[in-house]
Amino acid sequence: MGSKSSTLLQEEDISDIQQETGFSHNQIIRLYSRFTSLDKGGTGTLSREDFLRIPELAINPLGDRIVHAFFDHQSSDDDVNFRQFMRTLARFRPQKNKEKKDTERVHLNSREEKLRFAFKMYDLDEDDKISREELLAVLHMMVGANISEEQLGSIADRTLSEADKDGDSKISFQEFQEAMERVDVEQKMSIRFLN
Amino acid sequence: MGIYPSLVTIILVVISVKRTQQAAITTDFTFSTIKRETNSDVNADSGVIISITDNAVTTNVPDTTTNDPHGTTTDTSGITSDHHGTTPESHRTTHGDTTHSDEAHGGSGHGRYPVVTFNFEHVAAPYVIALWVLLASLAKIGFHLQNRLASIFPESCMLIILGVLLGLIFFLVNGLHHSLFYTLDATTFFLFLLPPIILEAGYFMPTRAFFDNIGTILTFAVIGTLWNTFAIGLCLYGLIYGGVIDLNLGFLPCMVFSSLISAVDPVAVLAVFEEIHVNEVLYIVVFGESLLNDAVTVVLYHMFETYTEMGQEEVQAVDVISGTVSFFIVGIAGLLFGVMFGLLASFVTKFTSHVRVIEPVFVFVMAMLAYYSAEIFHFSGIMALIFCGISMKKYVEQNISAKSHTTVKYFMKMLSSIMETIIFMFLGLSTVTWNHAWNTGFVFFSLLFVFIFRFIGVLGLTAVCNHFRAIQINYVDQFIMGYGGLRGAIAFCLVILLDEKVIPEKQVLVTTTIVIVYFTNFAQGITIKPIVNLLRVKKQLKFKPSLNEEINGRLMDHTNAGIEDIVGTYGSSGIRER
Repeated sequence: MGSKSSTLLQEEDISDIQQETGFSHNQIIRLYSRFTSLDKGGTGTLSREDFLRIPELAINPLGDRIVHAFFDHQSSDDDVNFRQFMRTLARFRPQKNKEKKDTERVHLNSREEKLRFAFKMYDLDEDDKISREELLAVLHMMVGANISEEQLGSIADRTLSEADKDGDSKISFQEFQEAMERVDVEQKMSIRFLN
Repeated sequence: MGIYPSLVTIILVVISVKRTQQAAITTDFTFSTIKRETNSDVNADSGVIISITDNAVTTNVPDTTTNDPHGTTTDTSGITSDHHGTTPESHRTTHGDTTHSDEAHGGSGHGRYPVVTFNFEHVAAPYVIALWVLLASLAKIGFHLQNRLASIFPESCMLIILGVLLGLIFFLVNGLHHSLFYTLDATTFFLFLLPPIILEAGYFMPTRAFFDNIGTILTFAVIGTLWNTFAIGLCLYGLIYGGVIDLNLGFLPCMVFSSLISAVDPVAVLAVFEEIHVNEVLYIVVFGESLLNDAVTVVLYHMFETYTEMGQEEVQAVDVISGTVSFFIVGIAGLLFGVMFGLLASFVTKFTSHVRVIEPVFVFVMAMLAYYSAEIFHFSGIMALIFCGISMKKYVEQNISAKSHTTVKYFMKMLSSIMETIIFMFLGLSTVTWNHAWNTGFVFFSLLFVFIFRFIGVLGLTAVCNHFRAIQINYVDQFIMGYGGLRGAIAFCLVILLDEKVIPEKQVLVTTTIVIVYFTNFAQGITIKPIVNLLRVKKQLKFKPSLNEEINGRLMDHTNAGIEDIVGTYGSSGIRER
């Protein structure tokens, strides 16, 4: 799809993406120009290195994981084309009122999809469960070296036992959703895309 | 029904307050003088209670050497016997001048040594204050004992009503001539009653929500208040000019009035919104607006007031420009004073680990200093307090001991709740005792404009803000924002600060302000809760975040920031991460 390098965005592509992601025409154009400016090799796709070259992202404690979440792991592709890029970003689009009421279609920016994104940032081995090690790894990234290994371990244990309902000492997506029930995820995981 | 006993108590307290208040007026008089006065004052009505207290009082004094002002024996029992002790040379008149109190102390030396002395004037001021606080607190307890009542009316409304009732009692007891003493005094208000409330608001500000919505809040506070002021002022003047309102009010006084009535009042908003728990965005926008609009109000008010004094012809373009410039200075300098003292408090508390007991002192003293320093220059003291609270909290909380922090927390909450209670009661009291000048047209149209322009402003500004917001403010929330724009004691105090020589129609403005304050507090304050329920406004969930919520929340913040970096937009979460 994105294999043709340096092709300009076609109008029909835009409307396709619009359909799929819900972004406005202008937003897509703007994001495309961002995409091309990130694409240093001019291959029409973004590699991990392209992402990590963004200076702020490199210092983000979860930078690696965020980049990781952009990649489609089933196809073991090492590049992200614009379509995939947009599909991932769509999860951060704020919800409009009519999208909230629309139950027929699953929108990419639905609460569940947003949560799914967060969940995937933990779930490295993609077994649809967060294990103690996976949780610990993320905690480690977020708090840095300030907290001792022991304390971190007990935080992880407590977090696990708090969310784990079926007693397998892992957090499934179902349990993850339940644990986040009271949080306004729609608001917390939304950013403003410029027009 | 449980409220009646407490009401009775309150009324009894009131009576004693009344007496002590009078004592305070005639501060320089000795006890018997006051007694005489009250006697002659109250003879006409409510004789029962007063005479009871009289007896109680007189039994306290048989041994005093208090001097009877005229040397007369018209007083009630007990006093006459004291006249033996009276020194003839200390002739006192009822219009005592300042030296009298000194003489009173000296005077006792002339007679035999007294077993018991009675010197009320000595404690009058603090005594009255203590009684006020007691009364206010009892009133508060009274309301909360009565569950059904408290669920219908906001507390602030009940306090105003109570104030009005007290005012009526005073009014009946001693007519209007002493009334000035009980009214809300602007100096007391701005220097003592207001700061604790604002400090509490700033210190316990949900900082995250505040800064996430800072753009919207500032838009509302600055542009919204400007819009209200000019729209209300111009329309009122237009109607006066066109002869619809029969009032001789110039353009500038009109603007003075609209500048003081346009600002949403933080005290009133807090009092009402605390009870209804609307969602955080809605709450912080209305509340943040009410706090930050102080800078605009201060500037507009002083500006138009000065222009009025100068006279309309004298105002030049230069004055308008300096007014605009001073707006930025007033706001930003207030903020800087706040941050400066806030950081100072944070710094000082770094070194208090050996003197734990004085830790809370720094929090309060620094904040008060920030406020007063800002007020010296007529900068926005409210801004100073808010930002002092915000800037010191994070550091102070870590530096001081847990116990000190509990002290800070509860002392702050207690002070602010007391002050709030007193303000609302005073507001009620002040209504009864002021001379009113009613002007139906002016009152009606002011009320109408205040209401309408608030809504127009909210609709227009949210349309603009929504353009820049990730989370849109929907129409329901907009309605509550418009509806929740309560006016309160700040407007009232600003209007009574007006100089009657400059604006002869002051009384009309005062009356109108009172009507608007009442209307917004009662009509809007009482109905806002049912409306919130009716419109199913998203409510705030009150809970302590679980570990999962906290950790995942953190994860989401980082993720948001990361995505923003990828997309290349710099939003609030980007700033927060850095």
